[in-house]
Amino acid sequence: MTQIAEPGERAAPGFAGTAAEHKPRTRRKFNIQSVLGTTPMIVTAVGVFVICIIFSIIWSFTNSKLFPNFNFIGLAQYERLWANDRWNISVRNLAVFGVLSIGVSMVFGYLLAVFMDQRIKQEDLFRSIFLYPFAMSLVVTGLVWQWMFDPNLGIQSAVRQLGWTNFEFAPLVKQETALYGLVLGGLWNGVGVTMAILLAGLRGVDSEIWKAAKVDGIPTWKTYLFIVLPMMKGAVATAFILQMTGIVRVFDIVIAMTQGGPGVSTQMPAVYVIQHITDRVNVGQGMAAATMMLLPVMLLIAVQYLLRWNANRKAGRA
Amino acid sequence: MTTEAISPGLSAGTLSGPRGPKPKTVTIGRIGVYAFLIISAVFFLMPLWVMIVTSLKTMPEIREGHLFNWPALLTFDPWLKAWDTACTGRDCNGLKPGFWNSVKITALSVPVSIVIAMINGYALSFWKYKGSELLFGILIFGAFVPFQVVIYPLIIGLSKVGLFATLPGIVVVHTIFGMPILTLLYRNFFASLPIELFKAGRVDGAGFWGIFFRIMLPMSVPITIVAIILQVTGIWNDFLFGTVFAGRENMPMTVQLNNIVTTTTGTREYNVNMAATILTAAVPLVVYFISGKWFVRGIAAGAVKG
Amino acid sequence: MKSVVSVVALVAAALLGSTSVRAADVEVIHWWTSGGEQAAVSVFAREFDALGGDKWVDTAIAGGENARSATLQRILGGDPPGAAQFNPGRQYEELIAGNMLLDLTDLATKENWAGFIRPASISEACLVDGHWWCVPVNIHSWNWAWASVPAFEKAGVPLPTSFDDFLAEAPKLQEAGIIPFAIGGESWQINGAFGVIQTSLLGLEKREKILKDKDLELAKAEMPAVFEKFRQFKQFSDAGSANRNWNDTTNLVVTDQAALQIMGDWARGEFGVAGEKAGVDYACLALPIDHPTVSTGGDIFLFPKQSDPAVEAAQLKMASMMVNPQVQALFNNAKGSMPIRDDVDMSLADDCMKRGLEIIKDPANIAVDAGRWQSNDTTGQMNDLVAQFWADDTMTAAAAAEQYVTILQNAD
Repeated sequence: MTQIAEPGERAAPGFAGTAAEHKPRTRRKFNIQSVLGTTPMIVTAVGVFVICIIFSIIWSFTNSKLFPNFNFIGLAQYERLWANDRWNISVRNLAVFGVLSIGVSMVFGYLLAVFMDQRIKQEDLFRSIFLYPFAMSLVVTGLVWQWMFDPNLGIQSAVRQLGWTNFEFAPLVKQETALYGLVLGGLWNGVGVTMAILLAGLRGVDSEIWKAAKVDGIPTWKTYLFIVLPMMKGAVATAFILQMTGIVRVFDIVIAMTQGGPGVSTQMPAVYVIQHITDRVNVGQGMAAATMMLLPVMLLIAVQYLLRWNANRKAGRA
Repeated sequence: MTTEAISPGLSAGTLSGPRGPKPKTVTIGRIGVYAFLIISAVFFLMPLWVMIVTSLKTMPEIREGHLFNWPALLTFDPWLKAWDTACTGRDCNGLKPGFWNSVKITALSVPVSIVIAMINGYALSFWKYKGSELLFGILIFGAFVPFQVVIYPLIIGLSKVGLFATLPGIVVVHTIFGMPILTLLYRNFFASLPIELFKAGRVDGAGFWGIFFRIMLPMSVPITIVAIILQVTGIWNDFLFGTVFAGRENMPMTVQLNNIVTTTTGTREYNVNMAATILTAAVPLVVYFISGKWFVRGIAAGAVKG
Repeated sequence: MKSVVSVVALVAAALLGSTSVRAADVEVIHWWTSGGEQAAVSVFAREFDALGGDKWVDTAIAGGENARSATLQRILGGDPPGAAQFNPGRQYEELIAGNMLLDLTDLATKENWAGFIRPASISEACLVDGHWWCVPVNIHSWNWAWASVPAFEKAGVPLPTSFDDFLAEAPKLQEAGIIPFAIGGESWQINGAFGVIQTSLLGLEKREKILKDKDLELAKAEMPAVFEKFRQFKQFSDAGSANRNWNDTTNLVVTDQAALQIMGDWARGEFGVAGEKAGVDYACLALPIDHPTVSTGGDIFLFPKQSDPAVEAAQLKMASMMVNPQVQALFNNAKGSMPIRDDVDMSLADDCMKRGLEIIKDPANIAVDAGRWQSNDTTGQMNDLVAQFWADDTMTAAAAAEQYVTILQNAD
């Protein structure tokens, strides 16, 4: 999360890294133009996100149905939420989906980036091929992969027609494997962007590092893994945040690919929230679920602020 | 490093040169590299191939399976139908009416959202004020909120100011939801610029807007290309906001795509579905194929520096 | 010349602020986007435009969920459509309570809707506390099974006379290389089949006691057997069923790869498109086979309140047009659904629909749509449960029934 943390901390080149330089570089006198210029941001942050979140939390304590109301019923919505099989499965699915998607995407994306970095021919072509799925909406992604995974129309039947009659590859039809099918579809859509960001990160690393590593006789793969990668924190963080926002809100691809099935085995929290505030006409329950979804993010940001505040205080004393 | 960073426009070229060891003759390693890339490419291309061949088949042939085969009986009718005559409700004019609505929405929303995010990023990097960091934190938090959660308050708000179901309304909505990631992008970009640039502007007596227009705006071309690519994709592919906020006259192409592709109790024409899907994705696809190179360079020029 | 005159009239009307003569546009949100559906909605639009002056403005949004959400959100945003499609149920009860819909009572009384709309449960969807709030336009019944005659012949098995009969003979079908029970993976398909099996097992009376009166004791006693029976069907379905669309599933029956599918009456269209003949290539079995019933699903239109009196007048004209017997005939023949009144010329209907029209005549054969009694929230929870039970073989029928009772207990 260094990206969010403190751009000002990146000491200007050519200065010795003393405490003085670590002061945020923009602690200048208040500028009214800056506030005016960022009015849209202020309105959005306060007027949309803060207000929406406050109302979401308030409505989660009510029995709102079609339209939000203010009949408070205590924690009943939360009790029902956590007693619900589908919600609990959704939360577990999100964890598995998130860890797998981000993990594989990072590894595969970095591998692709490293291989792309080998002065290959046709780099433009390869990059376009890896990147193009991101131009497709997730609904389209879901539809196409649902097809590819169809046991009677898709990859499985195509391979069987080639002669391997026992070939099995239809992850979406089984409860145990459907989630992995979803991960694969999501990866197809998003790995290219991770690759592009990490490739950009690779090329942002000072070439002196490479020379030094060569002089020291460090093998290429070790340089990539232990020297270069740690220097690309910014790229990794950007890729991470971009993926996180998509994963927490994962909805379209689930609807297009599995509709949460078989059974409820690929349900996700966002699907739960959205179904309840729309077709199931239970805004109160939907908002309770939404609040639970936002809680970890709120905690994360709160912890980050605390840490920063603490660091600033220490820096101030030093 | 300093000279490079002062002119990122130039440095983008030098930055993005491949950094690996120089290729020698054909070695096992080189074969491995290409094998990996080609296998990966096949994985990425497979769905596109399936979409294209399916869109060129007749329905009876699709029912036979043979997903990957080139059509035995080549037909372009699904494409014509998808573009020109497919019914999306009562109107049977295919995708084409929505195409221009999508162009309109995208052409307005992309620049507005980008300019606003650019100013945000600039202010957050060089002109912090009390609370600006907190605002930014809230904004990033907003990137995690499921869209539908904020729809109700947004509908009420926009209808109060008379923008609900209008073209400006949908532009506002896209600006709001594009803001978190774009602001993050620009903030990181501007933060990676050397502070001397800013100081030089101050010495010359330029203020907030002076520095922005004279120094920062021209420098932010590479990252703006990244922003354009992200926004064109996101806005062009949007369905949810289009149905609710755009108003009837401005319904985007994705609504018509959905009308052609989705059905609960009606029959499905897979070949037309696939042709419609490719047609709808065509604009972002072209943007990607043309500007893919700039995408990586743009990110390299600042968004990823830590 | 004519167009010039009308433009002049329009301008004059606008300038004078006159409302009585002014024509209005009525925007209609619906989710009828596939071929047959599109033909059906065109009947309404054409007939409405032919009334003169007012215009049908079409807003199609595929997917009931999407279309209904858009309608509700537009009402909330103060930009309501002139008319909107819904399914009969309780989803719009808050719109009624909030006084957001046009009251059609005067029109309905004048035209005596209550006199000709049948069965009664169809009008109950719109008739709340003596006021009419919407217009039912058609009836779709879930209580059908579609059988492939050649598939049963190939296995040497006669067409089933009951579910037990079917389950007993299913292994023979399997041996003949036929999928005995065709079902798709979408949860609405699974739930539809479950509902039909439930009706067959319990009978209409007990079903009503459980779903309408929320008789928990009865549910505790009866539901385990229903779940048990439902599971028996699963072993005769195929591995590819998860995720399959309903019409790809129907296609298995059309092509004689599968023997039987439980699906609503819209499946008839798939057989028609494939050129199959009822009685020869396929058979439609009204369920339960020994005592056929019709369930009362279908579509309604409601008319959100408008500020413009000209639009309101046009809304009333549209409502009246929709129940007109000639329009009903044209519309329902195109849609493949049953009309909401008896005095309609359905001579074009195929044998299966004629069968349905016979059954619907007797009020004792009506299986009221459960959505009349339960909120979408409750129905949704039951759907989740049934889908989970279908997919998860480790979940026992007893455990599922227990959850079912809990949902019923908490139903609002």
